[in-house]
Amino acid sequence: MDVIIESLPQYWDGFLRTLFLAVVSGIIALVVGTLLAAARVSPVAALRGFSMAYVEVVRNTPLTIAFFFAAVVLPRLGVTFQQFEVAAIIALSAYTSAFIAEAVRSGVNSVPVGQAEAARSIGMKFGQVLSLIILPQALRTVVPPLINILIALVKNSSVAGAFYVLELFGYGKQLANEHGDAVMWVLVGVAFFYLLITVPLGYLAHQVERKVAIAR
Amino acid sequence: MTSVLYDVPGPKARRVSLIGSVIGVVLIGGLLALAIVTLAQQGIFQAQRWAIFGQADVWTLILNGIGATLSAAAISAVIAFPLGLLLCLMRISDIAWIRIPTRIVLEFLRGMPVVLMMLFVLLVFATSSFIAVVAGLVLYNSAIFAEIIRAGIQSLPKGQREAGLAIGLTSFQSRLSVELPQAIRRMLPSLVAQLVVLLKDTSLGYIVAYGELLRAVQVMADFLGPQFLFPVFFVAAAIYIAINLAVSRLAIWIERRGSKKAAGGVAKAPTAGVSTVVK
Repeated sequence: MDVIIESLPQYWDGFLRTLFLAVVSGIIALVVGTLLAAARVSPVAALRGFSMAYVEVVRNTPLTIAFFFAAVVLPRLGVTFQQFEVAAIIALSAYTSAFIAEAVRSGVNSVPVGQAEAARSIGMKFGQVLSLIILPQALRTVVPPLINILIALVKNSSVAGAFYVLELFGYGKQLANEHGDAVMWVLVGVAFFYLLITVPLGYLAHQVERKVAIAR
Repeated sequence: MTSVLYDVPGPKARRVSLIGSVIGVVLIGGLLALAIVTLAQQGIFQAQRWAIFGQADVWTLILNGIGATLSAAAISAVIAFPLGLLLCLMRISDIAWIRIPTRIVLEFLRGMPVVLMMLFVLLVFATSSFIAVVAGLVLYNSAIFAEIIRAGIQSLPKGQREAGLAIGLTSFQSRLSVELPQAIRRMLPSLVAQLVVLLKDTSLGYIVAYGELLRAVQVMADFLGPQFLFPVFFVAAAIYIAINLAVSRLAIWIERRGSKKAAGGVAKAPTAGVSTVVK
């Protein structure tokens, strides 16, 4: 167990890097995913088609493939990165945004049609219908799945460690090489730091779910 | 497609959305064209780079990669499902000293990256990378399966269990012969959707040096030369997506079939939350 205490600086560094990857990719993915969801429910057919194709393809692509593309294939196509983090953030946010788009869309669709019809029938404009009637109800159902997607994002960021980014998993691999006799404890330490992020988030998702649950 | 957000469009709205469509197509088409031109400048479309797919050796490697990917996925799924059932039963057991430790274990397994479990098994037990991949996938997915089935059991009307107990079944018998069959049937779409996640996660085997499809791409690119990386990668990615799309379609088909039946009397499972399998 000494190895965990001894390597705390590396763990801490990796922990912060993991958080950084998750937060930055999470924010980008939230923005892109919401835009994709908006395109998916918009009246414009071309946008709907594009959003649908993107979500379908990306959701069925393994994350490792996305990383491999960003970190190995892109550089050979002439797109080089100063830091591997940039490639990691591109892969993570492109991947996560598809899941966010799907969650937001299902939230919008979970609102009964009658709600919007009633709002329109009393003379509300599109913007009012969206901001006063649909979104407040949609968001309630969507927050727990969104948190679950962010938990998955934290766990997925571990793939970055295999593609030259020194985050938690990356340090874990490095430390495991250095301390061949204490591999188990090294990795238990890594696991602990992941759980430090994912378990509280899971608890939060559960609480939100209980709080906003509405019987329809 | 009807949406909650707008009415069936009239002539003016149709005109506006047509204009929007044209602008959208031009924008998206422009971006695609830019990407293709960039790729062409790198010489990606030279026929000789794609000619390698005429060679039998290349296909042997690709097929071996697919075989490795699918066998890892199939074996993991076959082990993980019964294990998930068992974990689910332990998680909802009436006996606290079974329920609480199981809950902690499940929480632990769900909160960790799969690739970390693979690396753990690989290094700590000094196994082959195949066993590491399968063990990692089994550990993670059995926990997920357990949670999916638990959600199914909890979505059943309370009367199911009460009726079971009332006719003299033990708690365990009621779970086994009344609740589980219904729960599994309700959750079938989610369970199949989780298979897509499992299949996708086999590609993490690349990281622990398992010879799956992506590893085959890397090996070929190292062997043939970097200029062939893109074509081989492109084909491999297309194969992955095709396989996963097929399984996704299966999940959607099962869901539709289920909801058709639902109209005939069987209550439909609540979809919010449980159907969004995330990975």
